[in-house]
Amino acid sequence: MSNVPVNNGRRRFLTAATVVVGGVGVAGVAVPFIGSWNPSARAKAAGAPVEVNVSKIEPGQLIRAEWRGKPVYVVRRTEETVNSLAKHDDQLRDPNSETAQQPSYATNAYRSIKPEFLVALGVCTHLGCAPTHHGDDFDQHVAGVTNGFFCPCHGSKFDMAGRVFQGVPAPLNLVVPEHSFTSEDTLLIGVGSDASIGDA
Amino acid sequence: MLANFMAWMDKRLPLTDAWNKHLAQYPAPKNFNFWYFFGSLAMLVLVNQILTGVWLTMSYEPSGDGAFASIEYIMRDVDYGWLLRYMHSTGASAFFVVVYLHMMRGLMYGSYQKPRELLWIFGMLIFLVLMAEAFMGYLLPWGNMSYWGAQVIISLFGTFPIIGDDLTLWIRGDYVISGATLNRFFALHVIAMPLVLVILVFLHILALHEVGSNNPEGIEVKKKKGSIPVEEQSKFTFHKQYTDKYDIVDAIPFHPYYSVKDIMGVAGFLIIFCWVMFFAPDGGGYFIEAPNFEPANGLKTPEHIVPVWYFGPFFTVLRIVPDPLLGTMAMFGAIIVLFLLPWFDRGVVKSVKYRSKLHLLNLIQFSISFIVLGVLGTMPATPTANMIGIVAAFGYFGFFVALWFYSKNEKCKPVPERISH
Repeated sequence: MSNVPVNNGRRRFLTAATVVVGGVGVAGVAVPFIGSWNPSARAKAAGAPVEVNVSKIEPGQLIRAEWRGKPVYVVRRTEETVNSLAKHDDQLRDPNSETAQQPSYATNAYRSIKPEFLVALGVCTHLGCAPTHHGDDFDQHVAGVTNGFFCPCHGSKFDMAGRVFQGVPAPLNLVVPEHSFTSEDTLLIGVGSDASIGDA
Repeated sequence: MLANFMAWMDKRLPLTDAWNKHLAQYPAPKNFNFWYFFGSLAMLVLVNQILTGVWLTMSYEPSGDGAFASIEYIMRDVDYGWLLRYMHSTGASAFFVVVYLHMMRGLMYGSYQKPRELLWIFGMLIFLVLMAEAFMGYLLPWGNMSYWGAQVIISLFGTFPIIGDDLTLWIRGDYVISGATLNRFFALHVIAMPLVLVILVFLHILALHEVGSNNPEGIEVKKKKGSIPVEEQSKFTFHKQYTDKYDIVDAIPFHPYYSVKDIMGVAGFLIIFCWVMFFAPDGGGYFIEAPNFEPANGLKTPEHIVPVWYFGPFFTVLRIVPDPLLGTMAMFGAIIVLFLLPWFDRGVVKSVKYRSKLHLLNLIQFSISFIVLGVLGTMPATPTANMIGIVAAFGYFGFFVALWFYSKNEKCKPVPERISH
């Protein structure tokens, strides 16, 4: 090659220019391949908000709604439960919900819009299992606390506001999804509201 | 007639030349032992997986609604469907058995050391792709353990800061693991990953034949050209690619000597393989886990989510670290240190036979730690199990750290010039 009369500077420039233009082309072609992995329009439509009628939930009862394929726990907490929430703050990782695991309107002592109703994803923040609701026998897991959630996979524990106890694998409180009340009895999961409760 | 045909072919494609270079005139050390079965066995299993896999796709339906039912259809209605599926599912576990033993062989005889670093790295890439392939394959039956196992593994990517949530959404293609996830895993499992795997195996063998095979003594059979008198060189004819550059000693042609030996290995392997396949195809709940006999259900978590046995060691490393991000990093770290093994080991003596007592003990404690981690990975997490897991993880990572320190000035036995038996 060296004995061929060539203009090396010109050749280098042309090679570099070709590489740059080609590189842009490759990056452009990658867009549809990567983009096609995003949720499809159908998946997005299936992830639309879900309505739940809360009037039929008994005090202390938990019902499961399904939103975006995930279990959403809706619990009507008894007054006793609501009042006991503050009593074990010293055993929790994040008693004041400082980590943004809930919308701003649910960043309060009850982690909810109405103290009565807990709305939280039934998905353990450790590795995504579904914690089990213990309505009256939770003290076998945490002494002195009568109800809460226990994850059967790796033993994470949460209280009735979905706040995680210390010394378990789960690092964060349960996620409170965007939700709002469209009427007294109708809960809409997936659409947020700016309603807040008076004393929070 | 045949000679003419071959002459015609050879003029157009180096068929005979390739056959000689890689089989009939490839100089393999004469002292291969039992441990040298597992490379060819891994290739056998790969062929089994590809063949049975292609046949399974003929009756499998990759959709959230149809996948589980199509597995039952294969098991009950398709002629020999049950056999093809069990060949495939038993083959998956067998693949990891032979690959782990193949890697152990490399550790014992220093087959990762200079000049075989790249060979080792290709092998590690094969291992990595194999794990991805097995993970994606395990989702396809769409059983409940498929679903929740995938849930746990995909959520690992969610532990990455900032991009985590978007990344998992992108991997799933949905807000949860759904038919969309199943479909893309199917595509990757049957096309992309096998293609990459076959290419890597090709490169692994090409790199092996370039540097030459190691052996239990760790003594090179390729000597400097002109250093060995003709009467001491191997009497066999080897391909000129090897003899032009080296004097070959203590070697025999791969074919027919090791091809025949490997057939013995295949026979022994198939006896065990067939026994498992016919009499214990679920491997006692370790090859196909019990919750996988019910369909995927996003609202019902199995009692204990544990991965298939071959992910056990890495799963335990993940689980013993309380912080998810650090746990994920520790798990990937457990694989990365293996990649870097050729550089952790600063020694020049290859085989454990001629290395220090310390190295032998380190190797033994590493094997035990690995097995302990593996066993723990199939069991529910208890505080006791976690404590044992932490000790075993220290053993696992400690192997590499200790190796780096003592290998520099290790007291080894003198290595003979030649393989004496």
